[in-house]
Amino acid sequence: MCAICGCGQPDKTTTEQRHMQGHQHVHNHENARLVQVEKDLLAKNNAYAGKNRRYFQQHHIFALNFVSSPGAGKTALLVATINVLKKQFKIAVIEGDQQTEHDAKKIRATGATALQINTGKACHLDAHAVGHAIIDMKLSDNSLLAIENVGNLVCPSAFDLGEAHKVVLLSVTEGDDKPLKYPDMFVAADLMLINKIDLLPYVDFDVSRCIDYARQINPDIRVMQLSVTKADNFQEWTDWLQSNLI
Amino acid sequence: MHEISLLENVLEILLEYAESQDFTQVKKVCLEVGQLSSIETDALRFGFDVVMKNTLAENAELEIIIAEGLGICQQCKKMVNIQALHDPCPLCGHADVKVAQGMDMKIKDLIVI
Repeated sequence: MCAICGCGQPDKTTTEQRHMQGHQHVHNHENARLVQVEKDLLAKNNAYAGKNRRYFQQHHIFALNFVSSPGAGKTALLVATINVLKKQFKIAVIEGDQQTEHDAKKIRATGATALQINTGKACHLDAHAVGHAIIDMKLSDNSLLAIENVGNLVCPSAFDLGEAHKVVLLSVTEGDDKPLKYPDMFVAADLMLINKIDLLPYVDFDVSRCIDYARQINPDIRVMQLSVTKADNFQEWTDWLQSNLI
Repeated sequence: MHEISLLENVLEILLEYAESQDFTQVKKVCLEVGQLSSIETDALRFGFDVVMKNTLAENAELEIIIAEGLGICQQCKKMVNIQALHDPCPLCGHADVKVAQGMDMKIKDLIVI
């Protein structure tokens, strides 16, 4: 069978010959032809992300894309952050999960606006879905938009949503070598939050080793250590947000 | 498994090109995948037939060309081959190597009828 197009005709050419011929057909296919495409598969997502980013800049919306493994504490971080900052700033949240409205309900209980995107079979949010969410939510100018991505340290790294920064959460109940195991995400992020530090006495997590690993692959990554549930060192995080919102 | 989403993007591009370039059937798709991209080529091959089923590219052949990882060492300033994102410079050992090639994934060309 022809190895080029699977047409059922015997293929008498060698791979080398085909390369010499620039992958042109060498036997009788009526109208069969080569079409040059040279198109990046993420180009469409990146174009939508660019539109989102321009919208955020025009309306002075500080947009953050929160990424982590499932269970690192993204939703708890957002609930606690909203409770500290809600009197000073308008805050809206886009929740990405494969299924359920659970996280959006937790956010709405704080009084903030939340829109849930169920990604179904997809393992990440994309810029097109976020663009629709932005229109549906009618965001306020001079506000904070938190986008909580699907819990997954692999796929969301490839999809720009138009955010100002990706913020990666890593909890001390996970391995301290996650930056090396999932380098794409730690390269894409500007800020790493090490969460659940109140549990450090009970787990085998070496904070300085984790930071070394993260800086090994992303020398510019900023790091904060905190505990969302015990409010340990939480002010460094909210101060950073405030300095970007003013 | 974002390979499935990327393959859905491939299908969208095929449909756009089918209209603009006037073809009805795709016999072969050639993809170029960067060695440093977060793409698993086995997952691409697995998902390709599933995503292309009942479309203009059903039973199309998939060719994957790997674009090697290249980076510029921030210390010795040389262009070097890197196998993974956090690889140090193979010449001087410096940790900071800025990626120059190998992160992308694109459709190179198609054979169509």
